Amino acid sequence: MKKTILSAAIGAAVLGAASAASAATLADVKAKGVVTCGVSQGIPGFSNPNDKGDWSGIDVDYCRGIAAAVFGDPSKAKFVALSSKDRFPALQSGEVDVLTRNTTWTISRDTSLGFNFRTVNYYDGQGFMVKKSLNVKSALELSGAAVCVQQGTTTELNLADYFKANNLQYNPVVFEKEADATSAYDAGRCDVYTTDQSGLYAIRLKMKNPDENVVLPEVISKEPLGPAVRQGDDQWFDVVSWVHYAMVSAEEFGITSKNVDEMKTKGGPDIKRMLGAEEGSKIGTDLGLTNDWAYNIVKTVGNYGEVFARNLGPETPIKIERGLNALWTKGGLQYAPPIR
Amino acid sequence: MAGFAPSLAKPDTQQSSTSSLIYDPKVRGIFYQVLTVALVALFVWEITQNTIHNLEKANIASGFGFLQGRAGFDIAQTLLPYSSDSTYGRALLIGLLNTLQVAFFGIITASILGFVVGIARLSKNWLIARLAQVYVEIFRNIPPLLVILFWYKGVIAVLPQARDSIALPLASYLNNRGLFFPKAIWGNGAWMVGVALVVAIVASIVIFRWARARQARTGQQFRSGWTAIVLIIGLPAATFLALGSPVTFDYPIAGRFNLTGGSTVGPEFISLFLALSFYTASFIAEIVRGGIMAVAKGQTEAASALGLRPGVTTRLVIIPQAMRIIIPPLTSQFLNLTKNSSLAVAVGFADVVAVGGTMLNQTGQAVEIVALWLVIYLSLSVTTALFMNWFNAKMALVER
Repeated sequence: MKKTILSAAIGAAVLGAASAASAATLADVKAKGVVTCGVSQGIPGFSNPNDKGDWSGIDVDYCRGIAAAVFGDPSKAKFVALSSKDRFPALQSGEVDVLTRNTTWTISRDTSLGFNFRTVNYYDGQGFMVKKSLNVKSALELSGAAVCVQQGTTTELNLADYFKANNLQYNPVVFEKEADATSAYDAGRCDVYTTDQSGLYAIRLKMKNPDENVVLPEVISKEPLGPAVRQGDDQWFDVVSWVHYAMVSAEEFGITSKNVDEMKTKGGPDIKRMLGAEEGSKIGTDLGLTNDWAYNIVKTVGNYGEVFARNLGPETPIKIERGLNALWTKGGLQYAPPIR
Repeated sequence: MAGFAPSLAKPDTQQSSTSSLIYDPKVRGIFYQVLTVALVALFVWEITQNTIHNLEKANIASGFGFLQGRAGFDIAQTLLPYSSDSTYGRALLIGLLNTLQVAFFGIITASILGFVVGIARLSKNWLIARLAQVYVEIFRNIPPLLVILFWYKGVIAVLPQARDSIALPLASYLNNRGLFFPKAIWGNGAWMVGVALVVAIVASIVIFRWARARQARTGQQFRSGWTAIVLIIGLPAATFLALGSPVTFDYPIAGRFNLTGGSTVGPEFISLFLALSFYTASFIAEIVRGGIMAVAKGQTEAASALGLRPGVTTRLVIIPQAMRIIIPPLTSQFLNLTKNSSLAVAVGFADVVAVGGTMLNQTGQAVEIVALWLVIYLSLSVTTALFMNWFNAKMALVER
């Protein structure tokens, strides 16, 4: 950055802190002592604050995993609630270090927006929710319906494509905030609410009478949700990606937050290598972290299966099956490259 | 003067010419103005260069080429044909027209309501004056966003569902999805009715001018107002009947989810329009009241002394003088209403900010879209202000 102080200051005013944050995010994060993650304004199971302001969810735990890998302490994660409209400028400008905000990986976001995606922490697909009283059995019966949708999402685009492809008429009612869109649906402004299916189950819980709403069987899109970082910072991109892979690998090896200490000493060579117990291993330091990075993630946050079960699984009010998000060894899509 | 100035200027010219230039207030003035312009230009240039540099560094595509791309999203209420296949540029245009539409109807309604309430506040009838005062105090003291939410969530959302729509006269219906009314479909020769309307308006203007000229010349009055009303209503109506009523109506009927057919005004538009009108009308009422009270009492007394009735006094003596005081602050209220229409985002009305917001998220072109927003609102405000300045000049005191 060979610009004057004046122009840097102006640039910061125009584009947030883009000039400062563009190069070495990992060094910046270490210097700040906290990793700043962009999350949603409240989607149960993904990123949702409770009445005390404590965040929980699978995206929140991803961010805590990053904090655990970098600092060995999951509490060194800071969450910034972003609307779907504000999330991209917030990442572009450097306001957040990483976007762990149920964001769909698409080619245009990967290229023209200047972001990088690699891992998918939840495989999702878009669906529809309707009132039971309308007696609708399939999305193909929805011609003439009013559809509530959140502004500026891939959901909005898929909706237009699906209705156009099937020659159906509809009346979009578009809101900037998810809460406004769902309350409008709940109040009867719309016949249909559409978002990712995981979101539909979570939102159904917030309705006045959850049982009066039904999720239709159609899944009309692929929605691979994963974290996004800025282009041009491969080191930080690697750190964010391998946090997810470490969590998936841990589940594959059967390492949990409870048995991780035992595994570190008694596990096989591949487990010892991953947890940083191998003599002379440089895996962690090559990543720009310490050698116990993966140990810290599993010890403090848990493996992918634990995180899923805690936030989304059948034991939670959301009750989502693993489905596509099971390990590849169990018929799902979650697969991690080898840690060696 | 001519003989006086040289003797003062003489000592200056004897000193060196550079120091006299430095102390010359005119040269100094020009120097500082040039310096200021140069600094501002440098500042703007630095911002632009730095922004472009940083966008390139962050691998973010920039420029306005994206406006030609396919939008891919739908908009509920459109004045021009639009589909998800239209371009981003067209989507923005649709949003702009929606903004203009709500601002146009809002300004008209707010003006009428504001004038009525403003005059009512000065009424000698205690009840009318107090009612007008309560109206002003309520709406003036609530933020416009809350007024919008009041209409959207408090009034329209509690209207019945589509299946239990409230039937209104003229085959119209009201429910929580909006107002539904029959759509006129014009038949053959219907354009003649439009022509008749234009002819009637032109004829009325001619009659007004003739009547005014004759009154100035002879003092005789002519009932030009009534003549114009009869012309403007009568001529198109007569043409319409002579052509054999060339119009059919598309009535709204109950569909599976909602009423279909006819024309619809969505609850988003209705709540935004009502909120902006009611909110701005409370300010206009105060401006009107202030304008009328600023006209000296002597004017009313002089008019009474000449034997004018109170109604005529208000119309011909008070209002024309009050207007000169009212128009400049009225302009600010019109600008405020237009700008407040961007609160549409709160209720999901597809105005230029809402559509731009969607575009911003789909394309990521934040700098470009924010710049477009600024230019659009600036142009709208400047256009309104220019029109109101022209109107103000027209209403200004004409000295004979």
